[in-house]
Amino acid sequence: MKDTLALLGVFAALSVMAVGGGTAVLPEMKSLTVNQYHWLSDDQFGQIYSLGQLAPGPNMLMVSVIGYRVAGYPGALAALIGFFLPAGLIMFFCGRIWDRFADSPWKVAVQRGLAPLTIGLMLAGTWVLAKTVILGPMTALIAVVVTAILLLRHVNPALLIFGGGIASWLLGR
Amino acid sequence: MTNEVLRRCEAHEGPSGAEHTRAEKEVAAAVAVEAPPAPALEPVTLWRLFLVFLTLGATSFGGGVVAYLRQALVVRQRWLDDETFLSGLELSQTLPGLNATNMSIYVGERLRGVPGALVAVLGMILPGAVIVMVLGMLYAGHGRLSDVSLLLGGVGAAAVGLTLATTLQIGRKQLAKPLDLSLVLLTFVVIGVFRVSLPIALLTIGPLSIWLYRPRKTAPAPAAARKAAR
Repeated sequence: MKDTLALLGVFAALSVMAVGGGTAVLPEMKSLTVNQYHWLSDDQFGQIYSLGQLAPGPNMLMVSVIGYRVAGYPGALAALIGFFLPAGLIMFFCGRIWDRFADSPWKVAVQRGLAPLTIGLMLAGTWVLAKTVILGPMTALIAVVVTAILLLRHVNPALLIFGGGIASWLLGR
Repeated sequence: MTNEVLRRCEAHEGPSGAEHTRAEKEVAAAVAVEAPPAPALEPVTLWRLFLVFLTLGATSFGGGVVAYLRQALVVRQRWLDDETFLSGLELSQTLPGLNATNMSIYVGERLRGVPGALVAVLGMILPGAVIVMVLGMLYAGHGRLSDVSLLLGGVGAAAVGLTLATTLQIGRKQLAKPLDLSLVLLTFVVIGVFRVSLPIALLTIGPLSIWLYRPRKTAPAPAAARKAAR
């Protein structure tokens, strides 16, 4: 029960800070779940994140797996509710009043001001993720190749995600 | 308008759903040369709303969902026009939370109020949550096998490539402007290198950044203002 509540609290806090989406809170998520609460090891965090990439839909559903490992099914539910409900409520209420600010100059200021912050957070998230999952020349090569392909060509990223897994398995056996 | 929307969807989405975007262009060219399709006026049933979002949640692979959303909601179902869609997207990106779930809530609320928002977001989350839980349980049993860790290692590395490419594509504009770029780098260094905790970083860099872009009375003439001051 204590763990379930802790999960709820941790993921709710992450939820309201997730400006720029899931990638933006990865550094904080890792520092809370791995370093502060010791729910997971570094490796497990990376692997569970990877697991989440194999499922469809929003890409942070893997929080349920973290919750499950810590406190079983109630933990999975607590992590999901924590991560999706607070931000969802904020979106719901702001969505209703958003149009009223359509002409406010401050709307533009907030949007433009938060845009670079978002990109910086996403880069930091990518960086922390890279330090967790890139453990040798092979994984580095996969990351570089995937980045290059996506920047240069229109390819369905799901193919590259699965391809990366298969390439790593074939090359690393 | 249509082209602008397509460009922005693609930019926001990064490369994900790129094939859809290409298909969208064809659809858009065939359906409407200039004006985006008008939204339908008949009420949407909750069940139908749920099914559409359930399908989206089950089929949108590869992280980004926005291109799929637009294809389904604006082009196929015609529940929204592009302007409403983009306005929702802007809000989704500015507020905390994932684009996919934020957009589901926004659209669900527009169409059917509170229950609409609820069924839309549940539909979006449910398929992936079930699949990821099944994978999680398999992982709990077999996570130590070297085959599994090799496979997941490769998936994780590819995901790094995906998030990097997505960030670079979404941030094209920001990375090209000196002021924006300095804010990007500041945020990156503070969080990624110095590991300052996120709330502190948000509450300092956020207001600073918004202040730098605060509305000014004579926005188009900063040079004139400087001259006048002299």
